[in-house]
Amino acid sequence: MARAVSNRRRAINTALAWAVGLLIFFPILWTILTSFKTEGQAIADPPVFLFFDWTLENYAIVQERSNYMRFLMNSIIIAGGSTLLGIIVGVPAAWSMAFVPSRRTKDILMWMLSTKMLPAVGVLYPIYLLFIQLGLLDSRLGLVIVLMLINLPIIIWMLYTYFKEIPGEILEAARMDGASLGKEILYILTPMAIPGIASTILLNIILAWNEAFWTLNLTAAKAGPLTAFIASYSSPEGLFYAKLSAASTMAIAPILILGWFSQKQLVRGLTFGAVK
Amino acid sequence: MATQHSRSAARLMMAPAVILLLGWMLVPLSMTLYFSFKKYLPMRGGDLGWVGFDNYTRFVTSSSFWPSISATLTILGGVLAITVVLGVLLAILLDQPMWGQGVVRILVIAPFFVMPTVSALVWKNMFMDPNYGLLAYLWRFFGAEPVQWMSQASLPSIIMIVSWQWLPFSTLILLTAIQSLDSEQLEASEMDGAPILKRFWYIILPHLSRAITVVILIQTIFLLSIFAEIFVTTGGAFGTKTLSYLIFQRVLESQNVGLGSAGGVYAIILANIVAIFLMRIVGKNLDN
Repeated sequence: MARAVSNRRRAINTALAWAVGLLIFFPILWTILTSFKTEGQAIADPPVFLFFDWTLENYAIVQERSNYMRFLMNSIIIAGGSTLLGIIVGVPAAWSMAFVPSRRTKDILMWMLSTKMLPAVGVLYPIYLLFIQLGLLDSRLGLVIVLMLINLPIIIWMLYTYFKEIPGEILEAARMDGASLGKEILYILTPMAIPGIASTILLNIILAWNEAFWTLNLTAAKAGPLTAFIASYSSPEGLFYAKLSAASTMAIAPILILGWFSQKQLVRGLTFGAVK
Repeated sequence: MATQHSRSAARLMMAPAVILLLGWMLVPLSMTLYFSFKKYLPMRGGDLGWVGFDNYTRFVTSSSFWPSISATLTILGGVLAITVVLGVLLAILLDQPMWGQGVVRILVIAPFFVMPTVSALVWKNMFMDPNYGLLAYLWRFFGAEPVQWMSQASLPSIIMIVSWQWLPFSTLILLTAIQSLDSEQLEASEMDGAPILKRFWYIILPHLSRAITVVILIQTIFLLSIFAEIFVTTGGAFGTKTLSYLIFQRVLESQNVGLGSAGGVYAIILANIVAIFLMRIVGKNLDN
């Protein structure tokens, strides 16, 4: 039920909320604006806001100098690959826990969650060593595997909470009608599960895209994704604000757009169903 | 209603996930434990034998240990205080009727989707640089001397950057919780003439307590292991060496694996203490 409020109060709320929202968003806006400036304008005193000579030059330079496309491809392959693998492993597991629960289901879920709490730095060297021995250091395959493993608990939990909402009566009815397990999954569960699976995929692509511990520590020149690409800008030479901004804008744009679609799922995915 | 047949099928379907996670947990963990009892220097002689609890005592008695704990707790405490307090206020604000609510939400949430290396570098250079940063310009505009953020106020700077990244998270979760508040209860109290502060203190805040606890626990687990924000800004200098950064340096930079692994075991224990509380809340929720 909507509360009736005066237009005056609504106007005050609106002004306040927009001011705060713009303030929080400002660093991103500023980065995007700066990416279209020349290096001189980027550090102009006083700062120029909108009235400068817009240029795309920085984007061309960044691409030319540091091969942005290769890092982008690495990010796409690593984030996409780890999510896909996670879904392949996670869907059956979440399905069976949601629809054929046993006495141990809760314990298994909690244990899976506990693996997510393992601090990465605590197992950094073993993973590093295993990677060297298996020849996975600085390879995309290695990162796909590690990111799949660190996000698997979130994938399973999210899918589990979605699957739980599918009414069990429908399944029973199908069973009575003599549907086999395979048919049950294919014709009844899949259509009902697709929205949940899609949101899970979305959130996990975002998490994998932004992961910045393993991607920085297990890659070098070859398999580095965009997180590593940006980190290479941490010791700059000469004027570089406009180029840093262009590189940053290119690194965050795809995920910013995906992220705006997934705000609702974010809560479910990151609180393990503790807040609804 | 499950039959024997579907039970074994279910077990089979769960197996890959369980085996993978079991391996992911047990293999590196036992290796870390193994190394922590060894003197192990890959660049300087390799495995130099068992040393008992030597690494554990050396890790905590080294001169960088207590500063690292204090840096970790300062960052953790600072970020939690900022994100929870501002998060509650922002969530209440965003819950009010207004025009363009959806757009404001999007603006507020955006920082969460910015990768850590980007937000750290953008803040460090374009905002906190003492010569060309926007904040330096602002300071000069008001006739003040620009702050050398990364060296003179390194911890507050990192707290600011990390808070900016995590404020959307706490706001979003608290907003979700506020929206589940029974609006009739609020209206009733409004009609009874309860002042805003009282309504906040006796109705909104108690309703949010669970969500606030969840925010604190989840953020703590993530914040205990922040890495990129320090890696690309100070590199652990100027008192910003957290416990996880110290372990990273011991293991990969100075290649003292035994010592670093002992530190890793401490970090795991610390994270588990927090995790137990979080798991209890999540577990309770599973029962309903």
